[in-house]
Amino acid sequence: MSEGIGARVLRKEDKRFITGKGRYTDDIIESNQAYAAFVRSPHAHARIVSLDASAALAMEGVETVLTGPELVADGIGNIICGWGITSKDGTPMNMGAWSALATEKARYVGDAVAIVVADTKSQAKLAAEAVVVNYEELPVVVGAVEALAPGAPQIHDNAPGNLIFDWEIGDLAPTDAALASAAHVTEMAITNNRLAPNPMEPRSAIATFNEAEDHYTLYTTSQNPHVARLVLSAFYNVAPEHKLRVIAPDVGGGFGSKIYIYPEEIVCLWASMKSGRSVKWTSDRTEAFLTDAHGRDHVSTAKIGFDNDGKIVGLKVNTKANFGAYMSLFSSAVPTYLYATLLSGQYDIANIYCDVQAVYTNTVPVDAYRGAGRPEACYVVERLMETAAREMGMDPAELRAKNFVRSFPHQTPVIMAYDSGDFDANLKQAQAAADVAGFAGRKAEAASRGKLRGMGYSNYIEACGIAPSAAVGSLGAGVGLWESAEVRVNPVGTIEILTGSHSHGQGHETTFAQIVAERFDLPTENIQIVHGDTDKVQFGMGTYGSRSGAVGMSAIVKAMDKVEAKVKKIAAHVLEAGEDDIVIEGGAVKVAGTDKQMLWHEVGLAAYTAHNIPEGMEPGLKESAFYDPTNFTFPAGCYICEVEVDPETGVTEVVQFVASDDFGTIINPMIVEGQVHGGIAQGIGQAMLENVVYDAAGQQLSASYMDYAMPRADDLPNYSVHHASTTCPGNPLGMKGCGEAGAIGSPPAVINAITDAIGNNNLSMPATPAAVWAALQDVSQKLAAE
Amino acid sequence: MKIAMTVNGKSVSRDVEGNTLLVEYIRDHLRLTGTHVGCDTSQCGACVVHVDGKAMKSCTMLAASAEGAAVTTVEGLAKSKDDLHPMQVAFKENHGLQCGFCTPGMIMTATDMVARYQAEGKILTEDNIRHELEGNICRCTGYHNIVKSIADGASKMTSA
Repeated sequence: MSEGIGARVLRKEDKRFITGKGRYTDDIIESNQAYAAFVRSPHAHARIVSLDASAALAMEGVETVLTGPELVADGIGNIICGWGITSKDGTPMNMGAWSALATEKARYVGDAVAIVVADTKSQAKLAAEAVVVNYEELPVVVGAVEALAPGAPQIHDNAPGNLIFDWEIGDLAPTDAALASAAHVTEMAITNNRLAPNPMEPRSAIATFNEAEDHYTLYTTSQNPHVARLVLSAFYNVAPEHKLRVIAPDVGGGFGSKIYIYPEEIVCLWASMKSGRSVKWTSDRTEAFLTDAHGRDHVSTAKIGFDNDGKIVGLKVNTKANFGAYMSLFSSAVPTYLYATLLSGQYDIANIYCDVQAVYTNTVPVDAYRGAGRPEACYVVERLMETAAREMGMDPAELRAKNFVRSFPHQTPVIMAYDSGDFDANLKQAQAAADVAGFAGRKAEAASRGKLRGMGYSNYIEACGIAPSAAVGSLGAGVGLWESAEVRVNPVGTIEILTGSHSHGQGHETTFAQIVAERFDLPTENIQIVHGDTDKVQFGMGTYGSRSGAVGMSAIVKAMDKVEAKVKKIAAHVLEAGEDDIVIEGGAVKVAGTDKQMLWHEVGLAAYTAHNIPEGMEPGLKESAFYDPTNFTFPAGCYICEVEVDPETGVTEVVQFVASDDFGTIINPMIVEGQVHGGIAQGIGQAMLENVVYDAAGQQLSASYMDYAMPRADDLPNYSVHHASTTCPGNPLGMKGCGEAGAIGSPPAVINAITDAIGNNNLSMPATPAAVWAALQDVSQKLAAE
Repeated sequence: MKIAMTVNGKSVSRDVEGNTLLVEYIRDHLRLTGTHVGCDTSQCGACVVHVDGKAMKSCTMLAASAEGAAVTTVEGLAKSKDDLHPMQVAFKENHGLQCGFCTPGMIMTATDMVARYQAEGKILTEDNIRHELEGNICRCTGYHNIVKSIADGASKMTSA
């Protein structure tokens, strides 16, 4: 089947996007629509003394101005973090109150204080500027380490010392003992820089309250509309679920930042009820920098010990994670169960200990961003391995290979049980593609041009397919992480697949159709994927954590199993044959070894006319399934980066980037390669360009595309992408997931390459020309001193 | 004020505020929503349209400045409704888009780029393409397949 599993099928969704017919939230206009603008705190930490909206209310077109105290009075609940973490001492995490509109205090620049609703966008914006808020400024703290220091400004009353939790994993005493007895210990201070996710479509929402039906509709830029409805209903008390429809139409990228239910969506729904108008809000880019959840922002110290033979004996890590001013929806899971559980990397390590302090600061809330915890873990492990190899005078690939996990399942000391993989195969494939043998020659040639050439490895592993519901429940998750699907075969034989996964660039409309085409031997044009609307799809957990293949598609497979069984029963009945003799192929349902058959659509018609189906069988041909994963999945791979540095300027060019990934079964290689490209670009962006910068007063200095260095076409290379896959034993299609790997694996490869080129290991992300140049000056000063 | 222009070959006229941007005129008043807004500093290029045959960021231009101009948006790029422009075909065939939000601006920039190089008889190399894309940001594709799409679209436009 040319459109089945493994085929490079061109995307079904492309036509509407290339012709300008995509339908994003901001493209939609409701009748009776008004526009919202938010009054935001210009201070990073301030008490709200008074608020006067009278001038704004008197302005042309202004419908209403609503504030935090009114929101609270109407019973709208505080924004929650849905994953409970328990500290070392057994106490629960200290979650501070987060009202969708600030009531007493603003805790970061951009914290919403009031909403203005007006006839036009410009009227709303002008009126928002006319709302007079008197603030009493309070001392500000922006860094995690500083926020933990004695005497730091106190941000939430119930989180003394700004500490949200102090969590640990692994065994401390054996790890300390192993490190004490190690023949070599490598110790590093490692910072993982704060990033702004920056999907190109800014967040947007249109909320409509229908008073006659006591019903709300919300169009929103969401990666998980059902989770949005659940939380809006169960925790924020906007409306019960059956009175609230959430639609996420075409969504222009997410990268994690559109998982969460933000203040703006909540407030627009409430304001629609208060004003009787449809209320539309679309973020501008600066507002996105100020309000979309950021990613990363870890400060760590790490120690790894080796025996005389280069075998790892122990790993100990301390991490301080900056959570920003409030706990976002999944924030607590990111630097704990999505981070420290991956610190074993691809290696067999007997002793691991990690503790994590989560900290409030006067900055934008931090949550999952492409990779979410796993890039931070990979960066710690792979910077340590490269550095240790250099210190011990070993080949970095050899040191890694010496420690590879080679038998599966492999239980690490930090929860995860790796189910499959062939790390040697990925290493060898990447080395061959990168022509590692020819590197010395290329380095010499670069030197003849006055350039410094370096090479760096990163052997990543991550955990996807998130995750068995009971397992995540036992770790503190407030939700189950299964997925649902419904397969509807129509009377004419065409098929609709309703899925709880959500596509915002991943190409589900194509890949999901491919697995159906494969199973029933039908063309993908006869298959339609329906997603993103809570009125159409019964439930779903959405798309993040590279889970739509391993979990979302598994649910479709499970529903297809049921459809296939019913199709075979009907055909066996009509064709007077045994069910076991029925095969589905070539658009027909046949009795094997005979010329008796029904065309596929004839089975559909038979099911719906129900004139001649087995006695007692229900009419129709529609099945649904919920699939709960049996384990995490473990994509892994080897990335090799080669750079050239101009020593005069520090300008660094990525001259080669090779990826060898193990994603398990691949449905559409074209789409998977695209996911890897995009992930690597974000990883190179983190390593060399991107950084959210705050000044001491908590003002974000990087809140526009003039200031935040988004990777552009001439910053990036072409990528050499390869696959050496093992099948995942945990799900029916054998899939592992591919959405985040690029962003997880690439940053350490880049920094390992640059530090190799410049001969100075003391280099932080982003390695801008100024940073690289400064590191080079340190080297030359050291040489001069010697 | 009344502002009239030709958009995708059709004469249009709308009564708008004087400070209306061309992108607002196109999106909000003409309801052609293929042209997007991805930033507020004229950096991302999601709003690129052709004004009198030249690629322009429609967020950086007042609608009034386009009075009487011939504007082409992504909706008007193909010869007919049943047809696709060769560059649109190239983006599809080379998987040059993922979420699709930057795509209209990319395609409008790409067709302008190819036309300029062809008019000047210059070769459009990969380096040229990457440099020319300085004003268009994509967060999904890592540009690899966009660069491939534009190179392929250039050869398709030459043979078309």
